[in-house]
Amino acid sequence: MTLGAEITESLAIALAALRANKLRSGLTTLGIVIGIVTVTLMGTAIEGINQSFKKVVSGLGTDVLYVQKFAWFSNDEWWKVRNRRDITLATARAIERQVTMARVVVPEAFSRQTVKHKNRSASSVAIVGTTDQNFLARGFSISSGRFMSAAEAEGGRPICILGADIATKFFRNESPLGEKITIGGNSFEIVGVMAPFDKFLGLGSDNHVLIPITQLKSMFDLRPEVQILVKVLDVKMMDDAREELRGILRKIRSVPPGMPDDFGINQQDAFIQRFNQVGGMLATVGLFITGLSLFVGGIGIMNIMFVSVAERTKEIGIRKAIGAKRRTILIQFLIEAATICLFGGLIGLAIAFPITLVMSKYLSGTMSITVALVGLVVSLVTGVVSGFLPAWRASKMNPVDALRSE
Amino acid sequence: MSLIYIKNLTRLYQMGTETIHALRDVSLTIEQGEYLAIMGPSGSGKSTLMNLLGCLDTPSSGEFELNGSKVSEMDDNQLAEIRNQEIGFVFQSFNLLARSDALHNVELPLIYAGYPAEERRQMAMAALEHVKLGDRVHHKPNELSGGQRQRVAIARALVNNPSIILADEPTGNLDSRTGVEILSLFEELSVKGNTIIVVTHEEDVARHARRIIRLRDGLIASDAVNENPFTIQSLGREPEHV
Repeated sequence: MTLGAEITESLAIALAALRANKLRSGLTTLGIVIGIVTVTLMGTAIEGINQSFKKVVSGLGTDVLYVQKFAWFSNDEWWKVRNRRDITLATARAIERQVTMARVVVPEAFSRQTVKHKNRSASSVAIVGTTDQNFLARGFSISSGRFMSAAEAEGGRPICILGADIATKFFRNESPLGEKITIGGNSFEIVGVMAPFDKFLGLGSDNHVLIPITQLKSMFDLRPEVQILVKVLDVKMMDDAREELRGILRKIRSVPPGMPDDFGINQQDAFIQRFNQVGGMLATVGLFITGLSLFVGGIGIMNIMFVSVAERTKEIGIRKAIGAKRRTILIQFLIEAATICLFGGLIGLAIAFPITLVMSKYLSGTMSITVALVGLVVSLVTGVVSGFLPAWRASKMNPVDALRSE
Repeated sequence: MSLIYIKNLTRLYQMGTETIHALRDVSLTIEQGEYLAIMGPSGSGKSTLMNLLGCLDTPSSGEFELNGSKVSEMDDNQLAEIRNQEIGFVFQSFNLLARSDALHNVELPLIYAGYPAEERRQMAMAALEHVKLGDRVHHKPNELSGGQRQRVAIARALVNNPSIILADEPTGNLDSRTGVEILSLFEELSVKGNTIIVVTHEEDVARHARRIIRLRDGLIASDAVNENPFTIQSLGREPEHV
């Protein structure tokens, strides 16, 4: 008997058996349905988080070094680093003068202020003080108007650039360009609006307002904590640029030789590494826990297949008497188990898909073909694995005894 | 060469600590085209002999050759193949697949033999027409009468052109009139040259055969030619069709 005919025949038998025991098959399938729903949802969530993260992180720029007071990830004791001196605007200027491997050097300082326009107001809005080259380092674009000029950055007029969400919050139907907005009690003229970022992790927020760093200093914070973005000429030069920057900073801050750095030079690699570590662990744990429900479903399948084999002992005897080989019987029951699971898998996907559509409002990406295919393969494998023992028992039956059973 | 050659065939069963000799040293040859009845009271070993002849079971010792192949040395898969190709079973309780229609039941041996779909459909149809069930091919067993079910089973036994038709109490679950119909079908097959072995404890059934073997306590008590076989035709009665 050819394998093809064996599979066709087995499929027909499996479908007939499922039809004959609708309720039982349905309940058994439910276990697999739940398993596949949870596993595919978890898979989609993990994939979505990864995608969003990568998008956001790539927005940070792979070729940007962040000079900050602290390293993002370090094993230093907090009491050793808490007394570090601030990074200041002067530090940024000094770096700009000395650095050779940088395209742009941009300082950023932060403040939270209440923003008002006419009768609308928003409290605790992130105000970013920066210079005219910020958009080169951050890699965003302006959707309307313009960015600040060098002269404005050096402390000319009080102007501001709005994040996309802030802009729509305050200006529903009119253009914000040229309007005055009040930030922390001071009036600023709006010259531009930023294009929206991908929303995730709160990075690259659309809810902030950019102003010249000199304005931020004079109006809100005389000694702001500054971070300096150094965009390197070429990604290949990252390590060299980092060393150069380190030398410059040690000189500026007069760190004696032999002492550790009292500043941090961060780059997104570290962030990605850290994320991959944590994300990988979360994914493993998540899939393991959801996988358990699939495992329970598999046990249900095994159980029902044992019942099915026992009930159909006579049929197995007849088939064997007529010439079915062990392999034929084995395949017959394996296919029956696999069919139940595949049905479960398909129903599970049909249920999970709309849920991922809802999820996609919060995470980027719906259920991918990969996740769907993996879900189906997993359900098929569950069927084959959990059906194997019952099918093996059926295939080993002695035809004389099987025929005698009633 | 004989169709079946059996020498010193023994089958033991282990029941706890006790060993049961279901068959002791049976020797026997059966030729192509014979119509044979195996008789004996229950416990005489006739079921054991039938299982061995049907290649459903293997002997504890002794030789069994079917059509020149040594069945006593075969493994499970070879036995399945031999059953598929050489043996057509007819059981007392019909043993049809309840969920499949008559056609599919008859097709089953051909599926296992690997025939292509179209060919096996034609062969199964021919076999069903042969047993006069050409108009019942899509009926399921529970939609057929006992006699019709047994005729489906006979069609299934015939469809693969086996060397032997092995019937185990083929009329045991039928009323006498339907039983006669089945026996007349056997007669007809025998006349066409099929080898038929009927295992029964009913004298009425056995006397249709040309040769009768009687078993007692696992031994052949007698093996005689039936000088005066009982034929349906000799009764001058045509079987009626249901």
